Amino acid sequence: MIEQKPLSLHIPEPAVRPGDKPDFHHLSIPQAGAVRRPPIDVPAHEIHDLAYSIIRVLDRQGEAVGPWAPGLDAEALKAGLRAMLKTRAYDARMMMAQRQGKTSFYMPCTGEEAVACGFQTALEKGDMNFPTYRQQGLLIAQDWSLVDMMCQVFSNAQDRLLGRQLPVLYSVRDAGFFSISGNLATQYVQAVGWAMASAISGDTRVAAAWVGEGSTAESDFHAALVFASVYRPPVILNVVNNQWAISSFQGVAGGENAPFAARAHGYGIPSLRVDGNDYLAVHAATAWAVERARRNLGATLIEWVTYRAGAHSSSDEPSRYRPKEESDAWPLGDPIERLKNHLIAGGDWSEARQTQLRAEIEEEVLAAAREAERHGTLHDGPKPSAATMFEGVYKEMPRHLREQRQAMGI
Amino acid sequence: MPRRTMVEAIRDALDVMMGRDSRVVVFGEDVGYFGGVFRATEGLQRKYGTSRCFDAPISEGGIIGVAVGMGAYGLRPVAEIQFADYMYPGYDQIVSEAARLRYRSAGEFTAPMVVRMPCGGGIFGGQTHSQSPEALFTHVCGLKTVIPSNPYDAKGLLIAAIEDDDPVIFLEPKRVYNGPFNGHHDQPVVPWARHPLGETPDGHYTVPLGEAAVRREGNAVTVLAYGTMVHVAEAAAAETGIDAEIIDLRTLVPLDVEAIERSVRKTGRCVILHEATRTSGFGAELSAQVQERCFYHLEAPILRVTGWDTPYPHAQEWDYFPGPERVGRALRTVLEA
Repeated sequence: MIEQKPLSLHIPEPAVRPGDKPDFHHLSIPQAGAVRRPPIDVPAHEIHDLAYSIIRVLDRQGEAVGPWAPGLDAEALKAGLRAMLKTRAYDARMMMAQRQGKTSFYMPCTGEEAVACGFQTALEKGDMNFPTYRQQGLLIAQDWSLVDMMCQVFSNAQDRLLGRQLPVLYSVRDAGFFSISGNLATQYVQAVGWAMASAISGDTRVAAAWVGEGSTAESDFHAALVFASVYRPPVILNVVNNQWAISSFQGVAGGENAPFAARAHGYGIPSLRVDGNDYLAVHAATAWAVERARRNLGATLIEWVTYRAGAHSSSDEPSRYRPKEESDAWPLGDPIERLKNHLIAGGDWSEARQTQLRAEIEEEVLAAAREAERHGTLHDGPKPSAATMFEGVYKEMPRHLREQRQAMGI
Repeated sequence: MPRRTMVEAIRDALDVMMGRDSRVVVFGEDVGYFGGVFRATEGLQRKYGTSRCFDAPISEGGIIGVAVGMGAYGLRPVAEIQFADYMYPGYDQIVSEAARLRYRSAGEFTAPMVVRMPCGGGIFGGQTHSQSPEALFTHVCGLKTVIPSNPYDAKGLLIAAIEDDDPVIFLEPKRVYNGPFNGHHDQPVVPWARHPLGETPDGHYTVPLGEAAVRREGNAVTVLAYGTMVHVAEAAAAETGIDAEIIDLRTLVPLDVEAIERSVRKTGRCVILHEATRTSGFGAELSAQVQERCFYHLEAPILRVTGWDTPYPHAQEWDYFPGPERVGRALRTVLEA
């Protein structure tokens, strides 16, 4: 009889913990320009290799190289740089506002600005994003009003959501930005439904679904991929792999054995894996997927490889579960620095102009914050009335809610 | 007027609304080509095409999730969950999403959708083909919960639900799909063709959500019931000779409290019926409402006749199902108080 060793359970652990030297040797990073660009009608099974590589455009010298170089002009790139800088400055200001007690909560997207800002530039008016709480760049890239966003964060008298939602759970229909829910991954399958509706209606609009790598473990992720596979609706299925789900590294979501992009293979959905800190690669991959969707070729899954440089939220302290220096060691660098270097390499930009632009944006964000604060902050100044609390549960207020409102004397 | 079974009435409601409004789409497991395991969508795919009526993967979370997205787009999805017992994987989408979308987006996005689901016991369905989960919906703010007891109401309420701009949970007691059932399982099934409420007008009509119906006028005791239990109540009143006023609630949220109040103030007594389990069932809410609104008119404690606090058993179906005998006993008890 063969002696059997006792079984043991595999519990994934990150390579390093606080106090250790950052280590990203597990991440295999190809040269910029090394990954082919297939035709948009490519069958899913012919690009399986792309899920195990990383599409990159910007090389170490800041040159745009290879088949994915999108040929965006300098003005478009400067607009992207501006959007990313503004997103970062907005996050910094709102984190500070939270520390000052002006709101209860905030979530920055530091280090991930290129993903949302670059993505939005490939969409058209009428398309609909189904974002998570970390895609504020989708709004800022459209120059959506910072004051409007801040009023939501402050839950003040001008908050269009009437103080009903936690900070950062925006809803901006006019900007193609679906109402954010606290329940993770629920919007992923809703985006597929929205895209199905567009197809049923003979429309030309497309939807974009968003999820973090941690939430791919939710059952709605699977449901979304099944429905996207079955009905082939015009949807882009984004997975933002920032390596961390609060304190859990991506291995806890199943990322140790296969990239998240490879999840699409079992569903027969074409997928790409893309350098999420490369603004040009983000734009190019998005444009590829959007064109596929708009030509009725169905869904595309894109894994954006990036790093959550900031805390998960204002309630989180990353130094308790990962090295402090890890974000500096992230091999794909900083998206803003990389785009800036590209513009400088092309002779369209300079360090001096970058400094000037940053100062302008700081001023713009500060002015917006001052204006938003005039409408009140969470504990100070005007806020939505308690009577509005009972409105909008239903289209018409039913009797029991009228009675409850009256019981409050309002 | 044509006579229809409840299944036929539901199918007719879907047909009427698909014909009137191109935004209405019908989907779920087996609802397309096959026409549904209960035949409720038979012929709709042939008539309206595959993009208006189609089969869905076996994924309740997916079915309800895509319905929310379709509603946000501007369609009017009518999703089917094959049995109410299987709605749980879609519960997050119902509670956290469909029910709250209007509120959390301050009206920017809405979920004008209907989720149909066959419910209730009395068919030897065992634990997972018999449940009555209405209390899990009535507790959720933002949802409307509807449960018809007959073909006329089923058609009118379903049309009203599809036209409603809020998400509606539409529970269909499958025991009364083909004929009224009063709990006498040992007697032959009566078809809807011989029941006045089997008469359903052709074309469009509605039964407004939020309005109860008095099924039997009486002065001795008010019986609050819905779904299959309405027929059980009628049998119990006839067999005991008790002059009960039987109210078919039809919509649980929003609740027609005026109709309840009017009746209990007249009779001074109240018995509440449902198939669902007792503890924290919808009967508890009804009992509390009656107590709060009619305390000084009550002559006896409010009684509830419900399913037991157990999973729905198979072999013990008729010991579990609250039949006319148990209801009759409760009627006598409140009259003797």
